Amino acid sequence: MTDPRVAGVGLTPFGELSERTGRDLFAEAGLAALDDAGVDPDDVEALYYGNFMGELAEHQGHQAPLMAEAVGLDVPATRYEAACASSGAAVREAVKTLRNGESDVALVGGTERMTNIGTAAATDALAIAADDLYEVRAGMTFPGAYALMARAYFREFGGTREDLAHIAVKNHEHALPNEYAQLRTEITVEDALDAPMVADPLGLYDSCPITDGASAAVLVSEEYARHHDLTAPVAVTGTGQGGDNLALHDRAHYARTPAATEAAEEAYADAGVEPGNVDLAEMHDCFTIAEVLALESLGLYEHGEAITAARDGETHATGALPVNLSGGLKAKGHPVGATGVAQVISIAKLLEGEGSWADEVGDADTGIAHNAGGTVASTTVHVLEVVE
Amino acid sequence: MSDTARDGAYDDLLDAIEDGEGRYLECPNGHGWLPPRRVCPDCGARELTETPFPDSGEVSTYTTISVATPQFSDDAPYVTAIVDFGAVQVTGLLRGVDHDEVEVGMPVGLTVGERETTGDRALVFRSR
Repeated sequence: MTDPRVAGVGLTPFGELSERTGRDLFAEAGLAALDDAGVDPDDVEALYYGNFMGELAEHQGHQAPLMAEAVGLDVPATRYEAACASSGAAVREAVKTLRNGESDVALVGGTERMTNIGTAAATDALAIAADDLYEVRAGMTFPGAYALMARAYFREFGGTREDLAHIAVKNHEHALPNEYAQLRTEITVEDALDAPMVADPLGLYDSCPITDGASAAVLVSEEYARHHDLTAPVAVTGTGQGGDNLALHDRAHYARTPAATEAAEEAYADAGVEPGNVDLAEMHDCFTIAEVLALESLGLYEHGEAITAARDGETHATGALPVNLSGGLKAKGHPVGATGVAQVISIAKLLEGEGSWADEVGDADTGIAHNAGGTVASTTVHVLEVVE
Repeated sequence: MSDTARDGAYDDLLDAIEDGEGRYLECPNGHGWLPPRRVCPDCGARELTETPFPDSGEVSTYTTISVATPQFSDDAPYVTAIVDFGAVQVTGLLRGVDHDEVEVGMPVGLTVGERETTGDRALVFRSR
């Protein structure tokens, strides 16, 4: 068994692209990934595609064949849906298939079109990732769910809105040089604290924006990369996935995300690395508190200790463990179905020494991507390493 | 929301709570769940017993939601809370308490109310 290589990547700009259809977004990202990889499109054997709310936003189900067609491929194409972890789940399936030798070249990616339906309808569409009977009908929104977790965290471990504001400030700063990012604006702690509340204790700057965009990557077997003399030094060396009860109230903890711990432990063991080996991380920061929960659940911090990591500069580009150098969901944007692959792309580029903040990262050789669905009832974790 | 068909055990539970006879499902190991359930997700037990909700539970965590979905636009701002009833935990709207006076640990009871926006029924906690 060998580890699949990241041969090529492609992104659309993330932002408000409300008039662009999903198929057009994915065509841009997918063709960019194929061009970047330099593989013969005829060699691609399957599309693994993530999308969450296409039925609601575009009245379009059964998207995977449409997206394969949009990039000029006549291959088996399947959509993976795990809420905001949809394309993380797609990556995982591609990795498993490439590893077991069933195929040599896979296109993975995802798309979400969201701003065309407006903020209220998008909030409503996102909420269907929760338990409709027992959460949504009780008024729960996604900011509301993470607010419930944030309050539980503050009560169990301490922490303040100001600690969370430092995470927003950091991720906005990280997005500044990212030409694909949605929110390339510097903000201050005061800006974050003064912004309107969305769901107390989370305010506007604790929340990721609503975003349109697509992402794609070409993953190839090591043998294919060698045989075709591809430049693909980064491999996906570990994959893991965890699950939990759907409704937050049916979880053992409101201030921890055990599904992420399961996914991470599996991915670390798969890659043969320890949390201490991780040089940089893309964490699923749909809300500022989510970055804290992820860092702790992945064993990168002890429970209760990641809340001050941004404030202390530890997760800044110049810190010991840079987190969300892309800007994260918070500032890069969160086109839900595209996010998991976009995280993998961010890590792969940095490990290759490319992209914004590459100079600060230096000779990092191990990165990790954490993609979470719902209130972390679905999680995928992928470890990427420089292998040549 | 405009469905005319009832949602089985969910609507049955709301009916029962309105009649003062709300029950959750409890497995032999004391894990409690909202219906319908055929198996305990924690331990796999299939012998689930209908158990009356206690008269009150304690607020575990809560939030005042300002940005609502269209189904709750006229309700906002409103408080959504998770309440611990011992074996079972429930998410609901918390009413009858000023938003800034809600506290973790405060005792509340489980009732049924209407959403202001749509008139649909919802699980509602009220101060005990």
